[in-house]
Amino acid sequence: MVDNQRLVDEIRGQFGEKVDQFEEHYGLLNFSTAPETLVEVVEYLQKHAVLKFNFLTDVTGIHFPDNEGAEFCSTYLLHSWENRIRLRIKVFVPKAKPEVPTLIPLFKGANWMEREAFDFFGIIYTGHPNLKRILNMEDMDYHPMRKEYALEDPTRRDKIDDLFGR
Amino acid sequence: MTENKTIVARTREEALALNIPLQEENNYTTLNLGPTHPATHGIFQNILTMNGERIVSSEMTVGYIHRAFEKIAERRAFYQITTLTDRMNYCSSPINNMGWHMTVEKLLGVEVPKRAQYIRVIMMELARIADHLICSSVMGVDTGALSVFLYVMQEREKIYEIYEEMCGARLTTNMGRVGGMERDLSPTAIKKIKDLVYNSLPKAFAEFEKLLNRNRIFRDRTIDVGAISQETAISYGFTGPNLRATGVDYDLRVLEPYSSYEDFEFEIPVGHNGDTYDRFRVRNAEVWESIKIVKQALENLPEGSYYANENHYYLPPKEAVYTGMEALIYHFKIIMGEIDAPVGEVYHAVEGGNGELGFYLISDGGRAPYRLHFRRPCFIYYQAFAEMIAGGTVSEAVPILSSLNVIAGELDA
Repeated sequence: MVDNQRLVDEIRGQFGEKVDQFEEHYGLLNFSTAPETLVEVVEYLQKHAVLKFNFLTDVTGIHFPDNEGAEFCSTYLLHSWENRIRLRIKVFVPKAKPEVPTLIPLFKGANWMEREAFDFFGIIYTGHPNLKRILNMEDMDYHPMRKEYALEDPTRRDKIDDLFGR
Repeated sequence: MTENKTIVARTREEALALNIPLQEENNYTTLNLGPTHPATHGIFQNILTMNGERIVSSEMTVGYIHRAFEKIAERRAFYQITTLTDRMNYCSSPINNMGWHMTVEKLLGVEVPKRAQYIRVIMMELARIADHLICSSVMGVDTGALSVFLYVMQEREKIYEIYEEMCGARLTTNMGRVGGMERDLSPTAIKKIKDLVYNSLPKAFAEFEKLLNRNRIFRDRTIDVGAISQETAISYGFTGPNLRATGVDYDLRVLEPYSSYEDFEFEIPVGHNGDTYDRFRVRNAEVWESIKIVKQALENLPEGSYYANENHYYLPPKEAVYTGMEALIYHFKIIMGEIDAPVGEVYHAVEGGNGELGFYLISDGGRAPYRLHFRRPCFIYYQAFAEMIAGGTVSEAVPILSSLNVIAGELDA
């Protein structure tokens, strides 16, 4: 029986200092690692004889503008079908150099998911064979999901929070 | 194959203008399948490079109906996001709606009564039937048989009537609420569902299967066409019927039961070869399983409330809002988004019509999500299409595309 505690032990035992910020969100184990060790960690989890994280469910980006030095997060959701357990890996990268290695050699499906995260957040997946915009038009010159781009016209007066006492 | 080799220019001027290599010593032609083509059933483009009749490679362009749902969601209160989920896989909107409600309920820690869970199961399974009916019958259309499509369209219409009875809408349903359903199953709805699952649908669907399953032309067009191996499918992130057609019994309703799915007896149909015919057969078998689930849910429908007693989160009934002070206050607070959600992040996935439909929600405690990401099955498995059609003909690419059931709304979000 593989549970979150076992996962923490195995991953800590293998990677020691290279992995940190273990936390559990609604039963889902999260931890973070550096971009340099990402491929190593994922490959270990995928090829492990017992853990067998055989499926990359999701890749996406998150923007934390106030988190200085680690503004962007590229997050990976892995699933072990045999053990019925999921796991989320977060890789934080600075705005100045938002580079994360690609996971395409391990999971072909990472291709479009990484392109999507690049398109919306500008996270550069190094080694990606075709890193270009996917859902937005190609001549767009910004990454729209970043928090600095407000969704609605900031001059609009009818939706400001003050009017509703928020 | 690198990006630059996928498209070639026919003239030197074209090569210079588009910065792509010039076509040399071959007779490759470029063919556009889409953006608007009868076979795409939505708007997405495939630029095929053809060697005579054979497809050499293809370049896929998606995003024609991208509507920035994830960005919009960052400014919307939770109940307003339900309408965004409708518009993803619009062939089975109730599944998306319920998946979203369950995600929010997981974040808020709301326990939904058994009756509401059963009603949700009924609606989700009806949605799955509608989704599969469209996909399977359109495969008939794409291989030249229109009548089968018309037979089952009538049944889908009956399912849409049930939606109307439950929520007033047909396509973009906005069904259910955070904390339960907005209304109970009415006697008319129960009558309509019973009529569907006991009488009309099994008859029509058996006839549908009889027309196609052993049809010479249909089998010739689909067997061994677009086969994908188990390993490749898993590597590409396939889920749902397309993955099960390769022989993997991965179904979230069984693996991670939600909304009381553990109470029902049903099987997970799987295929062998992962080809177009197997995908068709798996979907059809799933329709029968869904009928079984709906029957069980109707027969064992628990008594009780159809919504959770959570005033802070569940929108009160309109009659109460017009007559009672407390309901009015809660109604106002929920509608104006003044009820803050707890801080946290959740991932919840449901088995959608096309596979694992996941919602990744990060809440910073405000009225709207800090970040919301939709794991859309179509978007992830559609990238395998280029590999699946390479080496085949266009007449093979068309049934492969329809058997994958790529829904443009879900593809582009």
